[in-house]
Amino acid sequence: MAALAITGLTRRFGAVQALAGIDLRAGDGELVAVLGPTGAGKTTTLRAIAGLDRPDAGAIHLGGEDITHHDPARRDVAMVFQNFSLYPHLTVGENLAFPLRAPWRRIADDQIAARVERAARILHIEPMLTRKPTMLSGGQMQRVAIGRAIVREPRLFLMDEPLTNLDAKLREELRVELKSIQRELKATTIYVTHDPIEAMALADRLVVLDHGRVLQDDTPDRVYASPAHRRVGELLGAPPMNFLAARVEGGQVRLLADAAAAWPCAAPAGEVVVGLRPEDLRVASDGAISARCEIVEFFGADVVVGLRIGDERVRIVVDERADLRPGTPCRLTAKAAAVHVFAMDGRRIASAS
Amino acid sequence: MSYLALEQVTKRYANGFQAVKRFDLSVRQGAFVVFLGPSGCGKTTTLRMIAGLEEVSGGAISLAGRRIETLRPADRDIAFVFQFFALYPHLTVRENMEFPLRAQGMRGAEIATRVDETARMLGIAPLLTRKPGTLSGGDAQRVSLARAMVRRPKAFLMDEPLGQCDLHLRESLRDEIKRLHVGIGATTVYVTHDQAEALSLADVVVLMKDGDIQQVASPQDIYHRPANLFAAHFIGSPGMALIDGTVTSASPLRIDGVIAGAPLALTTPTTAVAGQDVVVGLRPEDIEIAPEVASGDRFAVGSVSLREHLGAFDLIDIDLGSSGAAAPTGTALVDARRILKCRTAPNAFAGATRVAFRVRDGRGVLFDRVTGKAV
Repeated sequence: MAALAITGLTRRFGAVQALAGIDLRAGDGELVAVLGPTGAGKTTTLRAIAGLDRPDAGAIHLGGEDITHHDPARRDVAMVFQNFSLYPHLTVGENLAFPLRAPWRRIADDQIAARVERAARILHIEPMLTRKPTMLSGGQMQRVAIGRAIVREPRLFLMDEPLTNLDAKLREELRVELKSIQRELKATTIYVTHDPIEAMALADRLVVLDHGRVLQDDTPDRVYASPAHRRVGELLGAPPMNFLAARVEGGQVRLLADAAAAWPCAAPAGEVVVGLRPEDLRVASDGAISARCEIVEFFGADVVVGLRIGDERVRIVVDERADLRPGTPCRLTAKAAAVHVFAMDGRRIASAS
Repeated sequence: MSYLALEQVTKRYANGFQAVKRFDLSVRQGAFVVFLGPSGCGKTTTLRMIAGLEEVSGGAISLAGRRIETLRPADRDIAFVFQFFALYPHLTVRENMEFPLRAQGMRGAEIATRVDETARMLGIAPLLTRKPGTLSGGDAQRVSLARAMVRRPKAFLMDEPLGQCDLHLRESLRDEIKRLHVGIGATTVYVTHDQAEALSLADVVVLMKDGDIQQVASPQDIYHRPANLFAAHFIGSPGMALIDGTVTSASPLRIDGVIAGAPLALTTPTTAVAGQDVVVGLRPEDIEIAPEVASGDRFAVGSVSLREHLGAFDLIDIDLGSSGAAAPTGTALVDARRILKCRTAPNAFAGATRVAFRVRDGRGVLFDRVTGKAV
């Protein structure tokens, strides 16, 4: 495995600036999750690393070597796609061995067998080696697809939303497995996703991408605790962070929708946007914020309640015992430390304090 | 009083495969019913039989007091929503909404009244002259729902309508469907494999597997009182941890073999008797965690094998260790690795390799190990 360093990666498709100067690093053995919405540039970045697409500018180094202009085959990079395309006429074992049989690889048969066996053991697909892919479930097929990347023993894994096409339940199970496989192999991995839970759970480091730019690059905990941009708060959160128009004045930040809601804040006076995570807004009979309950959604461990503060909609997470009914008023509170303050252009200014 | 009823509805293919087996369901008017299950469970086939897109091999379907299983799809008075956003880009919002009414042969004045009423109900009246391309995502969603509703069908059928959308869009669309249903109360059958979607939208969840109904219940009931091991495993994110044990005392309830070297103490009501082999089902939030020193009072100690920071909370895996008992596991759903997933506040017990834990009062569900059913 090897470390990856990308600097100033730029790519334009016609009028669309897909990548506007991306910097991204992954240490040896590190899993870097790239989180972003559709069109953020996630897949374009992966394709540039794999050599499937040429960047307009910028450099890609793998293991200290400049691979920006190398052929895809020479990069020693393995990619796992969302659509697990397996050869239907080959058995699972043959599918796994296939990438190793390329003549230019010159891998001996016993070597191939050993690698296939090891990958099958790691992925718990040993009993399926003689079966055809059509006899497998979606989760098993994606395991085989990941296995095909593992047998190559590449310097870098690229994963493009590999769990997206699976049932929700399988996605969860495979997420935990994928993390332990990645740890076991000490595999340097770039993992692209739009799912915040997946990103939080898998990432050693988290890069949030939007409109071809890196908005933040840090540990998942730190990105969650202090988003550098309101888009980060929105993208990394399920449900996303709530945003409310506010004003800083006289050392306080005050909601426009409810003037009784104010927290101390050191930011310069002016219009701002306050960000509040759904789990940080709490129901309290003596809370300063007045709200009206609109909708209650049961998710098992969590109940998500949609409320209106003035004309603005927010969502909060409560536990099941909270007695909120659509159409009824309630009062909310939030600790100053949980109040994120963003400038009108989206950049983080401060936490209230 | 049943509004939509399925009796012994069966789908058998020519090769003998039974996709749906004697499906019985009774739905009251205005209910939001969700068919939930993994791929291949028969949920979509059942929905398509209600719509008339698939013939029944046996059984009866009735809607609003009328047998419909042999009627043509167009004669069933049902709206089938495949996915949102399928608006005609060259037509205005009003023309998009008029389209299904014209196709039904409705006349001009009546069409205008119907469109205006529906638009007002959904709060899109100001958008009627706009083209879809100029609408925000949320408004486009409301318009596509409005177009499905304008016909006033007797029931809405929705087949994974949010499947192709990305996460945030899916959340806002789900909200929109929920608000709409609260607002107009149209009888709806909705198919998904996503248990979170099912819990949040449904009045009634119909959980299916291999063509059979596993449980029909409210979201709260199916979450807290799963009828069998499959429901316990499938519902929840993650599902219940399922661990083998043997009841040693029914009152107070004590179960051996779950925790290495100590009985597990529960206060949940059960009909299980001493000596019965059971599976204990525990949800991540059923477990209370404390520092390792907090011994006594039903606390046991275990080692932490994995920690996931998920933002709003952490999941901590506690390794329950070897049970010592060589009891065979009753089903593949039982966790042979014996891991208990627990939910804690973010970064609670950071760095601890061992913690004390106990099951909160009244939590935990017992299943008979032979039948797999809740006891």
